[in-house]
Amino acid sequence: MDLIDILLSASFWTATIRIASPLIFATMGELICERAGVLNLGIEGIMVAGAFAGWMAVYSGTGLWTGVAIAMLVGMAFGLLHSLLTVPFGLSQHVVGLGLTLLATSLTYFSYRLALPQVTSPPKIEAFEVLPIPVLSDIPIIGPALFAQTPLTYLAFALVLAVSITLYRTPLGLALRAAGENPAAVAAQGLSVTALRMGAVIVGSGLMAVGGAFLTMSAFDSFFFEMVNGRGWICIALVVFGAWKPGKALMGAVLFAAFDALQIRIQQTPIGANIPYQVFLMMPYFLSIVALVAMSRRAEVPAALMVPFNKGER
Amino acid sequence: MQSNDKAQVVLRLNAITKTFGKLTANDAVSFSLHKGEVIALLGENGAGKTTLMNILFGQYTADSGTVEVFGRPLPPGNPRAALNAGVGMVHQHFTLADNMTVLENIVLGTQPLWRPGFDRTGARARIEKLSADFRLRVDPDARVGTLAVGERQRVEILKALYRDARILILDEPTAVLTPQETDDLFHTLRKAVDLGLSIVFISHKLHEVMAISDRVLILRHGKLVSQVETDQTDRKTLAALMVGAEVEAPKVDPVTPGPALLKLDNVGTPDQGSAPGLKSVTLALRAGQIIGLAGVSGNGQTALAAVIGGLTRPASGKLELDGETPQGWSPIHAVHSGIARIPEDRHKIGTIADFDLTENAILECYQDQPFSKRGWMNWGRARDFTRRIIDTYDVRCPGPSTRIRLLSGGNMQKLILGRVLEPEPRIILANQPVRGLDIGAVTYVQNQLLKARARGAAVLLISEDLDEIMALSDVIHVISEGRLSPGFPRGTMTPAELGVWMAGDGFEGEHSLAS
Repeated sequence: MDLIDILLSASFWTATIRIASPLIFATMGELICERAGVLNLGIEGIMVAGAFAGWMAVYSGTGLWTGVAIAMLVGMAFGLLHSLLTVPFGLSQHVVGLGLTLLATSLTYFSYRLALPQVTSPPKIEAFEVLPIPVLSDIPIIGPALFAQTPLTYLAFALVLAVSITLYRTPLGLALRAAGENPAAVAAQGLSVTALRMGAVIVGSGLMAVGGAFLTMSAFDSFFFEMVNGRGWICIALVVFGAWKPGKALMGAVLFAAFDALQIRIQQTPIGANIPYQVFLMMPYFLSIVALVAMSRRAEVPAALMVPFNKGER
Repeated sequence: MQSNDKAQVVLRLNAITKTFGKLTANDAVSFSLHKGEVIALLGENGAGKTTLMNILFGQYTADSGTVEVFGRPLPPGNPRAALNAGVGMVHQHFTLADNMTVLENIVLGTQPLWRPGFDRTGARARIEKLSADFRLRVDPDARVGTLAVGERQRVEILKALYRDARILILDEPTAVLTPQETDDLFHTLRKAVDLGLSIVFISHKLHEVMAISDRVLILRHGKLVSQVETDQTDRKTLAALMVGAEVEAPKVDPVTPGPALLKLDNVGTPDQGSAPGLKSVTLALRAGQIIGLAGVSGNGQTALAAVIGGLTRPASGKLELDGETPQGWSPIHAVHSGIARIPEDRHKIGTIADFDLTENAILECYQDQPFSKRGWMNWGRARDFTRRIIDTYDVRCPGPSTRIRLLSGGNMQKLILGRVLEPEPRIILANQPVRGLDIGAVTYVQNQLLKARARGAAVLLISEDLDEIMALSDVIHVISEGRLSPGFPRGTMTPAELGVWMAGDGFEGEHSLAS
């Protein structure tokens, strides 16, 4: 009964889409990397760095969109580092990725302390405001959820479309997918596997950072430690859940966000109050695992994912 | 055969040298190719054929020497430049992305990357025209992962033609094809020559070289040792040039067969997807006898090998070892009852690529004395055993701690042969033992099987090569859709007569006539 009330409330769906937005950015970023054949475990750290960089830029006086751009550039810089180590040098993608997450996270906290040595509670910025789209946002329930969000959320949905079109409708996307499936085929056609893979990791990392920046610039208006809180790892799972397809990954992100929004609301119901709140916190992750098991059985992993390619090797 | 003096030179290699560490893969190789000509590059495995072509195509960079295409020098190490100059390569290991369609694989890299959207309609029209012109039937919208090997090769050739290749390099194109598909390929190649293309055909199969080429270049240990016009030579001469010595067919001495060591009595197994199971197969492997199993691949050979090797148990019928039904049947039982297996796929099943020679040599017996004792490995003994194999079986390698992936196919097979034959097994299951090997290695492997026969082992030889079966076997059975023909003693059947059985005719009412 309570559940039905929650599911019919506009605020639940609005929250779902809001929670999904940063996941969509980062999931698309990870998906691009993996489609080209590189697993980017730096995602968690890059999101932290993006969250800080965007917020700090705005706090220092730049505009909001400039802040987003700066977050993206920081992410791309980390992506460059990751791709240099994993693509031309062919190092272990696990080790490089996890190392990058540790590096980016620590570097962010260090920078925070350097920039704001005296501060006890982090300062707030003027975050993105909700931009309702006339008429459409008046539709009951889904109107506010889909059409009364911040501009970054609209951008996230547009991004899914853009990634999808690029992957399946352009020569670039074709080359990118081939690099993740059989790099030898790409090389034999005279294209550079190194350039394609590095490009994918750099752009993908930039998108992950924007996902992080969404947290400080749109969902909240300030930066906290532990803010990203495992969202990066969730995105890795969402790519698998989505079978490396942008549309299905989007559905996964929304589904996970819905679980998250739901658990917060159930905690406040009379029944929910009797159950330890940790159980609810666990629910989205638990259900994600169940969904992952159910969905990813038949998924086609890019055949050359995590396989380094060295030209002219015997 | 045309007059090459007048024809235009389309490709010239000047003194190409390439070394990998201590190994000289190509040693000052020079040759030229004329318009409308087919040259065959003949040589044993490891003679440097593929390396040479990879240099030409820009995938390797030569240490010295130059490549000229249509009179213009080709920049080294740049596949894109080679493609643009009109060189197309059909690799032995196909360079296709399985999760994409035929069209996508062909178009890959031919349109500017930064174009929004790509031109499928134009591409499809062009592919369909090329398919028709060159008689390369293939569905542009099929996913490559679902295609058969022969079809994939057609896609590879189309890829080259789509880019207006004027020079086609085919690296061992027939290694994966059935005889029928090989004929189709040759039709396509003749068509291409008629249209003015030039072809470099890499092979170590002499009859194909004789059938398709105008001129033969023979490579041995990286050196170009001879060039001959195809119509002025014969298979025997070429074989001698290729291995550097006269090659003799294996000699088979008569041996009186002993008792049946392993017997299958009306054995049946279920079908595995499209692969047929066995249909009440009766077969006896006798000491001192080679039983040849002829048949088109995919007719139950795998199922029969799996039963004898212990991978599957008969679903019906009986399997008898020395007249008794064994207690339990698994690979470990098979190995311990003296059945040695030369597996069909030496890369995937026969060896572990990143293990060294020693580890691979004891794969089947690592848990037995003397290689391990009370749960501890005795690597000293294992290495001694490996060295003995390396010496006895002439495995060319740096030493027992080399990773096996670095060995050529022939040397890998020799190690497997040593592993299998050194403990003097009573029963040998040789599944395609010479597939992909060059003449020298083939002769060696076949002689080893004959030696095992002479000392009283029972051998089951599974092969798709009818010549090999007829040369070695004392008794030939034909397998077709899981059914086994009666045994035909040596010399009683012609290839054509066996062909009738291979096609599945002749089985009517003959179910239980096995020898």
